[in-house]
Amino acid sequence: MLDCGMHMGFNDDRRFPDFSYITQNGRLTDFLDCVIISHFHLDHCGALPYFSEMVGYDGPIYMTHPTQAICPILLEDYRKIAVDKKGEANFFTSQMIKDCMKKVVAVHLHQTVQVDDELEIKAYYAGHVLGAAMFQIKVGSESVVYTGDYNMTPDRHLGAAWIDRCRPNLLITESTYATTIRDSKRCRERDFLKKVHETVERGGKVLIPVFALGRAQELCILLETFWERMNLKVPIYFSTGLTEKANHYYKLFITWTNQKIRKTFVQRNMFEFKHIKAFDRAFADNPGPMVVFATPGMLHAGQSLQIFRKWAGNEKNMVIMPGYCVQGTVGHKILSGQRKLEMEGRQVLEVKMQVEYMSFSAHADAKGIMQLVGQAEPENVLLVHGEAKKMEFLRQKIEQEFRVSCYMPANGETVTLPTSPNIPVGISLGLLKREMAQGLLPETKKPRLLHGTLIMKDSNLRLVSSEQALKELGLAEHQLRFTCRVHLQDTRKEQETALRVYSHLKSTLKDHCVQHLPDGSVTVESILIQAAAHSEDPGTKVLLVSWTYQDEELGSFLTALLKKGLPQAPS
Amino acid sequence: MAAHLKKRVYEEFTKVVQQQQEEIATKKLRLTKPSKSAALHIDLCKATSPADALQYLLQFARKPVEAESVEGVVRILLEHYYKENDPSVRLKIASLLGLLSKTAGFSPDCIMDDAINILQNEKSHQVLAQLLDTLLAIGTKLPENQAIQSRLVDVACKHLTDTSHGVRNKCLQLLGNLGSLEKSVTKDAEGLTARDVQKIIGDYFSDQDPRVRTAAIKAMLQLHERGLKLHQAIYNQACKLLADDYEQVRSAAVQLIWVISQLYPESIVPIPSSNEEIRLVDDAFGKICHMVSDGSWVVRVQAAKLLGSMEQVSSHFLEQTLDKKLMSDLRRKRTAHERAKELYSSGEFSSGRKWGDDAPKEEIDTGAVNLIESGACGAFVHGLEDEMYEVRIAAVEALCMLAQSSPSFAEKCLDFLVDMFNDEIEEVRLQSIHTMRKISNNITLREDQLDTVLAVLEDSSRDIREALHELLCCTNVSTKEGIHLALVELLKNLSKYPTDRDSIWKCLKYLGSRHPTLVLPLVPELLSIHPFFDTAEPDMDDPAYIAVLVLIFNAAKTCPTMPALFSDHTFRHYAYLRDSLSHLVPALRLPGRKLVSSSVSPNITPHEDPSQQFLQQSLERVYSLQHLDPQGAQELLEFTIRDLQRLGELQSELAGVADFSATYLRCQLLLIKALQEKLWNVAAPLYLKQSDLASAAAKQIMEETYKMEFMYSGVENKQVVIIHHMRLQAKALQLIVTARTTRGVDPLFEMCEKFLQEVDFFQRCFIADLPHLQDSFVDKLLDLMPRLMTSKPAEVVKILQTMLRQSTFLHLPLPEQIHKASATIIEPAGESDNPLRFTSGLVVALDVDATLEHVQDPQSTVKVQVLYPDGQAQMIHPKPADFRNPGPGRYRLITQVYLSHTAWTEPCQVEVRLLLAYNSNARIPKSPWIEGGEGSPQVETSIEGTIPFSKPVKVYIMPKPARR
Repeated sequence: MLDCGMHMGFNDDRRFPDFSYITQNGRLTDFLDCVIISHFHLDHCGALPYFSEMVGYDGPIYMTHPTQAICPILLEDYRKIAVDKKGEANFFTSQMIKDCMKKVVAVHLHQTVQVDDELEIKAYYAGHVLGAAMFQIKVGSESVVYTGDYNMTPDRHLGAAWIDRCRPNLLITESTYATTIRDSKRCRERDFLKKVHETVERGGKVLIPVFALGRAQELCILLETFWERMNLKVPIYFSTGLTEKANHYYKLFITWTNQKIRKTFVQRNMFEFKHIKAFDRAFADNPGPMVVFATPGMLHAGQSLQIFRKWAGNEKNMVIMPGYCVQGTVGHKILSGQRKLEMEGRQVLEVKMQVEYMSFSAHADAKGIMQLVGQAEPENVLLVHGEAKKMEFLRQKIEQEFRVSCYMPANGETVTLPTSPNIPVGISLGLLKREMAQGLLPETKKPRLLHGTLIMKDSNLRLVSSEQALKELGLAEHQLRFTCRVHLQDTRKEQETALRVYSHLKSTLKDHCVQHLPDGSVTVESILIQAAAHSEDPGTKVLLVSWTYQDEELGSFLTALLKKGLPQAPS
Repeated sequence: MAAHLKKRVYEEFTKVVQQQQEEIATKKLRLTKPSKSAALHIDLCKATSPADALQYLLQFARKPVEAESVEGVVRILLEHYYKENDPSVRLKIASLLGLLSKTAGFSPDCIMDDAINILQNEKSHQVLAQLLDTLLAIGTKLPENQAIQSRLVDVACKHLTDTSHGVRNKCLQLLGNLGSLEKSVTKDAEGLTARDVQKIIGDYFSDQDPRVRTAAIKAMLQLHERGLKLHQAIYNQACKLLADDYEQVRSAAVQLIWVISQLYPESIVPIPSSNEEIRLVDDAFGKICHMVSDGSWVVRVQAAKLLGSMEQVSSHFLEQTLDKKLMSDLRRKRTAHERAKELYSSGEFSSGRKWGDDAPKEEIDTGAVNLIESGACGAFVHGLEDEMYEVRIAAVEALCMLAQSSPSFAEKCLDFLVDMFNDEIEEVRLQSIHTMRKISNNITLREDQLDTVLAVLEDSSRDIREALHELLCCTNVSTKEGIHLALVELLKNLSKYPTDRDSIWKCLKYLGSRHPTLVLPLVPELLSIHPFFDTAEPDMDDPAYIAVLVLIFNAAKTCPTMPALFSDHTFRHYAYLRDSLSHLVPALRLPGRKLVSSSVSPNITPHEDPSQQFLQQSLERVYSLQHLDPQGAQELLEFTIRDLQRLGELQSELAGVADFSATYLRCQLLLIKALQEKLWNVAAPLYLKQSDLASAAAKQIMEETYKMEFMYSGVENKQVVIIHHMRLQAKALQLIVTARTTRGVDPLFEMCEKFLQEVDFFQRCFIADLPHLQDSFVDKLLDLMPRLMTSKPAEVVKILQTMLRQSTFLHLPLPEQIHKASATIIEPAGESDNPLRFTSGLVVALDVDATLEHVQDPQSTVKVQVLYPDGQAQMIHPKPADFRNPGPGRYRLITQVYLSHTAWTEPCQVEVRLLLAYNSNARIPKSPWIEGGEGSPQVETSIEGTIPFSKPVKVYIMPKPARR
């Protein structure tokens, strides 16, 4: 099973997947060899405790080390909001999260993990968020690559997704931005920095509502390095809680970050922020410029909303929305230009501060998806994680550019793919060497004809030379001979005819051994040719050509040659 | 056959031994050194096991072999080769054969037959590969011999079908290095033997082993390098290799495609799946562009680098590289660059962005969108956004080269370069700033671009800021607002980083002189001139005010209407700055005033000649010296030295020569003075004080000669001889003085010995120059050398003394170009009154920033010295990476010096200065024997002495006692 996520939009049973699809009835463990989690976002791992503890699954769960570390924090946070704040019953408990995490097996990048006798999995770097991975799943010679979410353009803290040319039978790729080609991120970054810089230089305060993990770290790094470069002293704050814990893990998993952070970490770990400090509620009223990262990202509740209310009245201040806002949230309202907001208790908040929008998203765009498909060279592509209409466009493009079949199944739909698996056959060394010696240049990567006997014995295939096969099977060799009569118009004696045949063949077949035997017959390799007078017509001689099955090629060539007749003797 | 061979080997071997015996008879010296080949033979015969033999061979390989004995050694090796069963020993022998055939002065054609012979009987693949390598070494040694070459090529072709990739690799290498195309042309008539090397190599493009494929491509590139013209047919083969699974193959293939595109830029190739045809160079460009988004970064770097040198590519292909069609939900979107441009042209300047400002516009036809362009689309957009900074740097470099050749492309790539100013890696930022500077002739910055550029001025890295200043020096700005913006940002920079003062002033100087008409309307505002009221006179020492004035005065130079706007104090300030900062403020034609410095205005060239003449004349006057009486000579020397020093101060171009000659004359003066001391006539013990004077003189002459030898760049061998000669005289003087003041013979004996060694050394080093030293001290000394060798110290001293007095004054020929090395410490400035406090026993890092001029190889010679008040001196070797090279002859040292000391009671000053380390032994030519040997080059980093060449700077420090 690939990923075990949840739907953010629902608060009832629909938020978790219906696992009875898998089993109908019976235990999940019997049906699933393993579960693979690509990264820690809740839409990829949110249902994990429910699945393993409440539905019941005891098999292994594979994920990368950073995901293993950060995933429980997010699950716990999610549980708190659902149970403690909304008061939901029938939800997984903290203990369930712990129990579930005990079943997790962590994998390293490019490490091949043997799940059982047949199944093996391997993780590739995917960008997107810390610890995100793509997985190659392989059984025998057949393989599937599942990308999870990935990003083909590097950002301030993560590198780009990369996969080798593994030629899987199927590539399952996300297609969030199936119809988008994005602009260079440099412009976005520059705009962002310029706006923040200008505002703090004016003495204004900047509020950046973010979600605790992922983009927040990227923006922190961005601001931190900018502050460092420009020698700025204005304080930057980060609202506490979840983030501190997460930042700790970001510090630990340096190997998963981009080149710059990996290179400079010997001097200084980039996630040990020099300029970014923990936020305290009281700081919001401090005079002078400051930059604050506050959760949640859509300004719908919590600290970010509180700070927003305090600062909204001053036109020197600025709020920068770094991501998408759902309809109905304060974030969406101000982005669509509303300047007067009705808050609870009928009071009206006038927004004088500047409102900016800046998209920092970490999914591959259409070009990126195509690039990954090009890198992996799959036989089939399957699109998931996107909107049907947009996927349709991308599907056409993939089929057109790469000439591979592409599928986009709806939920619950089954796709059947034809594959042509390789069947390994053992070949005896003697046979191989013999065939090698016969060939001239080793023509590489091209199929080559080989004579031998295929022996199938208890699901084990072997290719051996026919002599050995006979010996092994205890069979006697049968000789199969073809004989053919060729009529020649020749009035001379048999011996002379044979001699003429001999000289003719000798001159045409230069690289074969042609012999004239004392008994008057002619041999070409092992092919025997005898000349006899025709019983009725003395002017016609009958040539008897006889060859074994092994010499079929040469034999038929000879008969064809002889049927054309002999050249006129010079005499 | 084998027996015959063996016999021949033995014959040759015995012959060699005989030769050695003859040698032994004639030259007795060689007796001590056993013959190499004989020793090896004995060793190898002693070896009982292959491991032993291998050990002997390894030992043998460590020592070099003289050219004469190579052949003998080779014979012995071959003999053992035939006997040896162990492949590893054979391998080593084969590799030794290769090494030996590379020996200079040895012609390896004689061993080629044997090498080819053993090649035919060899079974081990590794040994085969090694033997082919040996043949390659032989072949490259004999490039003229066509017969050998073709024979080797035959051998290589025969072994191409070997099953081992190593052997095939070597064969291809051999073909690449030796195969020639001419053969197929000249011997066409013979038909059968004519072979096309390119065809043979090309067949291996599809080998099953990636290493062999790579080797095949490399061989092809090698052929190209050797000047053979590759066939165009290879292009298609190479294009197929671009999709190879292995990165080294792809990387080599990219190179090959580039080579072919340079060879046949104009030929036409069809586009697959359509009827159109395009130029080959365009097609290749598209293909290489595609490789910029390859999976392996090695290939990406390679591709990005090569793009830069494809200048023949058509402009619309070139411009595609910067084009990435944006879309959002299948609707066309404009890039931020396009939006910025539009905003600018519509007159509205960078308004805040609204939600949906970048809302997509028109619908796109789904069929028309091409997600994977086979062409060049967006190659640079990808390259500049790459994950690895190596790729980004390569892309920036390529962008630079292409922009230099195409102004329209330069205009287009500007936005992208400006974006790179915000890269996360400093190297990339720096590189893009430099690139921008290089193409600045072709471009004019828009205001919004300038804005982004200027934002980088606040960067905390000094290199970046200075690079940016240099960029601003040569940019074109389009509007007066732009100039104003630049000035404001530069002043901001100045207040934030006061150390940038000089660089900013220089930048404003060029900015002013480039844009006089744009500065003109800004003058009233900048000088805060009010039409009715007199404004307060600004502070003359304010660096920001000086910066503004530098801008205005330089603009005024070509804008005669500007001075009319100046107020009185501005004129006063002009006069002051013209004097104090004459390199920044030009001479102006001011109304109602005399041209302040018309005499020193542009044409200095006619002035040069008289001063040159003066220099020559005064030197010639001195060289006629020996005829004058000592008193007159001294006076003349003194005056000339004074003249030269003054000349050096006045004429900066002649400073080097003048100083150099003055130093030499000073040495001579000191020598004359020392020789005239009365002490020579009196009994030694009475005049200890006088002898002090003489020995001090000797010491000073030594110092000065070291300075002359090592502190000037452009000193030639002629001068070095004279300098060494002077030093020899100083040493002689020292010897005499010591002889007169010390009692006892033993120390003197040693000194004499040493001095004579020095003389011998001098003779060996400068044997070619001795004829020029007619009648000099050393000339006479060498005449008397046999006598000196045998005589007693006292006698030697006496001879030396008379010779010193008699010797003539050598003429010092002036070198063409000579510059004195100099250094200025910019930081620490030495003005601080606040001591640097640190806990004793720990270290404190002191930033040192200095400019070095005319220093040769500063990485190894320049050291930092710290002098503590207690007399303790510490020498610090800066890292090679601390030196930057901003221009020819100029270096910048930015390093950190660690200070530490035990606790002091009160703060005190330490002195920091720069030293030039020298080692006069480095000039000794190395004996060829050592050069021939492989490995173990003697590291000559030892420092013989140092010369301080910068003014010391005082730093106030205070080590506090550690608190318990």
